[in-house]
Amino acid sequence: MSDHASAFVPPKTGFFARNRDTLLRTLIPICVVIFLVLLWQFIITVNSIPQYILPGPLAVANSLYNDWGTLSPALWVTTQITMQALALALIGGVGIAIFLVQSKWIETAFYPITVILQVTPIVAIAPLILIYAPTTQVALLICAFLVAFFPILSNMVQGLKSVDHNLLNLYDLYGASRWQTLLYLKLPSSLPYFMTGLRIGGGLALIAAVVAEFAAGSAGAGSGLAFRLLESQYRLNIPRLFAALVLLSLLGVVIFAITSFISWFFLHRWHESSLKREN
Amino acid sequence: MSTSQAPLIPAPGDTRRRPLVVMRSVSKMFSSGTLALSDMSLTVEGGEFVSLLGPSGCGKSTALRIIAGLGDVSTGTIDWPSSRINSKGLPEGDISFVFQEPTLMPWQTVFGNVYLPLKLRGVSKSAAREEIMNTLATVGLADFADAYPRELSGGMKMRVSIARALVTKPKLLLMDEPFAALDEITRQKLNDDVLRLWRETGITVIFVTHSVFESAYLSNRIVVMKARPGRVHADFPLKTSMSRDAHYRTSEDYRQACEKVSNMLIDAIGGEEH
Ligand SMILES: Nc1ncnc2c1ncn2[C@@H]1O[C@H](COP(=O)(O)OP(=O)(O)OP(=O)(O)O)[C@@H](O)[C@H]1O
Ligand SMILES: [Mg+2]
Repeated sequence: MSDHASAFVPPKTGFFARNRDTLLRTLIPICVVIFLVLLWQFIITVNSIPQYILPGPLAVANSLYNDWGTLSPALWVTTQITMQALALALIGGVGIAIFLVQSKWIETAFYPITVILQVTPIVAIAPLILIYAPTTQVALLICAFLVAFFPILSNMVQGLKSVDHNLLNLYDLYGASRWQTLLYLKLPSSLPYFMTGLRIGGGLALIAAVVAEFAAGSAGAGSGLAFRLLESQYRLNIPRLFAALVLLSLLGVVIFAITSFISWFFLHRWHESSLKREN
Repeated sequence: MSTSQAPLIPAPGDTRRRPLVVMRSVSKMFSSGTLALSDMSLTVEGGEFVSLLGPSGCGKSTALRIIAGLGDVSTGTIDWPSSRINSKGLPEGDISFVFQEPTLMPWQTVFGNVYLPLKLRGVSKSAAREEIMNTLATVGLADFADAYPRELSGGMKMRVSIARALVTKPKLLLMDEPFAALDEITRQKLNDDVLRLWRETGITVIFVTHSVFESAYLSNRIVVMKARPGRVHADFPLKTSMSRDAHYRTSEDYRQACEKVSNMLIDAIGGEEH
């Protein structure tokens, strides 16, 4: 045993040495982004391209700062709609999935309806929803919900149906109630599927919130980022259009990061997808 | 190391020697039309270690599952003369099952997995703790209570599965090819563990296996089944005055037992019509 111990070289201990992988993984993409932004500014300056055709990053940053008063409420509205839609989609998706898997007949009867809702392009029903919904806000919420809901539902149904048969037998053997089987076995074992649904649903909710607002924009009301984007286009305020765009991508990135973190947090201790290979 | 205790194979006059489960003319037809069991009768007494052998597809798993109440019989009855039975006709809490796969919940620790049967009965975690830790100790996993299944080897996972089966102190332990996926050394170790637990607890075991050697080593009774439809082909005791340990593996008794089981198995397979 001691022979082996002496041959074993302990890993280097400095902060950089220990976190080399993580540091590189963060630094490299940041450097690439900085480089691209600099290149963008360089091309604009050298070719003296006018702002109304393509604004440089400086102009965009400037607009972001100056128009923060209009842009930040819009960002807040879009964030709210996206988050509310996602929350509703999570509750609805999980709830309906649990309902659907209760029996073969229920699934046969209702699953096709959810598929029809899914495959119908959201832009096509947005005008209809706008007519029936009491306010534009509610209409946007419904659109974003409909889009985010399906991946969560279908993943959850898949998860609930993929429970290990022998574990189900085991629960039967010990006389578990339906409720116990759902709570202790079916829900935890579909957690990885739920997380996939969450990550996809989060991204789609934002896209749907934006698309629906484009559709609603023609109907008049609205003050989300998509509306500001259209407005900037009409007024040929291209730097502000870019600023709104930047905020939208940032929001998307934040949603992605949060959903990925949640997924990691709940799965990393036991699920294969979150494991580092050690061989 | 685990077989140093004196063997406690029940003597004929032992009170444990009472019928525990009685299968009478059980048939099982699946909805697909497969007749998995036909007119199968089997009585297992308390304290027996019965090995169930037979060609693949002869209905061993089906028989075990039916005894456990996982699936109904088509005709015939199953009685539990020495148990209190519940509304479903099952002896509540008296049966445990060990599957071929460890069948652990990956999101639960070893402790959580062994806690499951007690949790389903409404026993609180703190009340169950001592029992769980004792059971883990008997399978040699006391230090791994907080580990997740993915951190364990195949043999250790199987031990967790056995601990989970034993934590309710059942009368009957059903094992369906529990060690088939393990290497030979691990398998022998676990065989010794199961034998020791059987001796110490007086539990009754029905053990499905494809291995002639395993069945000859472990059991004091062999039931060989025949296929299409599944039924009992041969049913005989394996007697030895020796304690079953490494010594027994090289003895003449063991060799004879293996030969006998092997011949019966060949007979059961050869008698099949193709
Ligand atoms: N759920 C099921 N539905 C239809 N047929 C089944 C089902 N389960 C088992 N069978 C059939 O019943 C017969 C007995 O199967 P069983 O699994 O009990 O055999 P076995 O003796 O355990 O085989 P093995 O040694 O391969 O495990 C087989 O012919 C099998 O195809
Ligand atoms: Mg089988």
